[in-house]
Amino acid sequence: MAENEITLMKGNEAIAHAAIRCGCDGYFGYPITPQSEVLETLAEQKPWETTGMVVVQAESEVSSINMVYGGACTGKRVMTSSSSPGVSLMQEGISYLAGAELPALVVNVQRGGPGLGTIQPSQADYFQTVKGGGHGDYRLITLAPASVQEMADFVDLAFELAFRYRNPAMILSDGAIGQMMEKVVLPPFKPRRTEEQIAKECPWATIGRKGGRKPNIITSLELRSEEMEINNLRIQAKYREIEKKEIRFEEYKTDDAEYLIVAFGSAARIAKKVIAIAREQGIKVGLLRPITLWPFPSAKIAELGQRMKGILTLEINAGQMVEDVRLAVECKVPVQYFGRLGGIIPEPEEVVEVLKKMVK
Amino acid sequence: MTREEIIREENLVYKKPELLNDVPMHYCPGCSHGVVHKLISEVIAEMGLQEKSIGISPVGCAVFAYKYIDIDWQEAAHGRAPALATAVKRLLPDRLVFTYQGDGDLACIGTGETIHALNRGENITIIFINNAIYGMTGGQMAPTTLLGMKTVTCPYGRDPKLHGYPLKMTEIAATLEGTCYVTRQSVQNVASILKAKRAIRKAFEYSMQGKGSNLVEIVSTCNTNWKMTPEKANQWMEENMFPYYQLGDLKDNGNK
Amino acid sequence: MAKMKGATVVDIERCKGCRLCVVACPLNVLALTTKNVNQKGYNYAEAVKEDTCTGCSSCAIVCPDGCITVYRKKEE
Repeated sequence: MAENEITLMKGNEAIAHAAIRCGCDGYFGYPITPQSEVLETLAEQKPWETTGMVVVQAESEVSSINMVYGGACTGKRVMTSSSSPGVSLMQEGISYLAGAELPALVVNVQRGGPGLGTIQPSQADYFQTVKGGGHGDYRLITLAPASVQEMADFVDLAFELAFRYRNPAMILSDGAIGQMMEKVVLPPFKPRRTEEQIAKECPWATIGRKGGRKPNIITSLELRSEEMEINNLRIQAKYREIEKKEIRFEEYKTDDAEYLIVAFGSAARIAKKVIAIAREQGIKVGLLRPITLWPFPSAKIAELGQRMKGILTLEINAGQMVEDVRLAVECKVPVQYFGRLGGIIPEPEEVVEVLKKMVK
Repeated sequence: MTREEIIREENLVYKKPELLNDVPMHYCPGCSHGVVHKLISEVIAEMGLQEKSIGISPVGCAVFAYKYIDIDWQEAAHGRAPALATAVKRLLPDRLVFTYQGDGDLACIGTGETIHALNRGENITIIFINNAIYGMTGGQMAPTTLLGMKTVTCPYGRDPKLHGYPLKMTEIAATLEGTCYVTRQSVQNVASILKAKRAIRKAFEYSMQGKGSNLVEIVSTCNTNWKMTPEKANQWMEENMFPYYQLGDLKDNGNK
Repeated sequence: MAKMKGATVVDIERCKGCRLCVVACPLNVLALTTKNVNQKGYNYAEAVKEDTCTGCSSCAIVCPDGCITVYRKKEE
């Protein structure tokens, strides 16, 4: 593919191509619907023959995330992808990555749960992702793409953020965006970093203590409570900094809006259609689409909330983000939720009906 | 000849390995871990790999191995060390990458990672300390606990009807196409220690030569949880462990 | 054949008194202290028959904590 060429591909394929192009050093994954095309595309592209990127099909998601942990310890750009049940299996490893302050990328192409659930799209892993699905006090930098283009663009962004803050990052996508084909312009090629660059940029990396430097030790273990509290406070301070600097969102038709829909990912695309229909019927409604789910655009929602008559969260789950939206506006504005479950995508028309009732 | 005449630098024949840090090890008196740490330290120094080694420590008694050997270390989640090692060796193929795992870590919670890393033929070495018991958590039954052996979770002795049979991971490893060198050693006396050292050296050499995965089991003691003196524990190991976990090379494809 | 004379230096504070060196010594050179203890409260290894030590290093090789340094010199 030539630079800037528009191509048609699935969201999952875009993730794979973007990984190769952004200098990713290693991908470790395990098949699970609806994300298997990530691994399949990488296997087909054979990046080990071109950029030198390593691709391993692991024996489980547990192993995948721990391969990511090992790779992340070496300061390399490493990633995995999975779908909801697989990401549940990865939670221990994600907690370790956060605890050891390691940069890595995890992609979750969500499907409906709980349990084995369905292979259809869902956003039901919102809580798991932004509240810390694993044990201990930690946060994941979470990007929620709403298009195949954003699937491609967020890979490099997620790595940049992960390395800037030495924290794992998540791309929280879903089966709709993973599976649908859309036009995309893939990011330009960026070479993998050399070992010298890594040694300079990641002086903590365990790559062998070359030049007789002191050993690097990567662990999340600290048995002394006082020291462990210090570690926690350092990590929390980092999270406050991320909350200050890295909030990303998209505002759509909010200037004259009296009602606000808050929706992310696929649901935000549906929301745009809802807004088109609702505005034809005279309801002034706009959209706030959080792009980072953590850090969450609470301040922006609070600010918009001041001039709204009501807020509706549209989610493909049983109502999860609605809690964060209510917290953001401190219940000063009525906040409702609408969503469908089990892998069913909400129809714009049914959402418009909900809006109409709110207006009444 | 006076003591002062003997104790001179030129007469030095044995000292603590340079790569073994001065910090005292937390292991119980007489624990086999210390001996194996010394051997790894010696072999890495003899191979000149101080600056190219990455060790991966387990969860269990050896979790703090990273404090004791003066190289880069990663501390893995329980059982997952071979997964970490896989990624590290794939990303840095010219490094010495080894894991150090106990029986609970390797043969129970990490069985999957161990078998698959070995079967993929990752060019790593797995050092497997088998003392037939969970040490760090206080002497619970391990996958390798012998039949009849008492632990706090099988206080009346391991009963195959209740607990199944002791697992021979090393025998399993030897059947895997990906393994190059699979051996079972011990460190209870000078002769066995020197043999174990040669085995570790061989495994590290094969790892560096890219000949496949290598497993060095060290049948060990846990005198604290076996509730014996270190000396008695060594005897008990020879009498009870060795008949079931037979010593020697199970596979050596290094020169094929 | 010239006789070898050996000497051992025990890092007393590092020693945990496991007694494996005492067992390993073929010439009964080492013993654990009976009265004295180190800072951690362990009886530690000491040479009680140093004259017989040949510097074979068995004690140091089996020591799990690397407490023993061994020197060896040919008797002229």
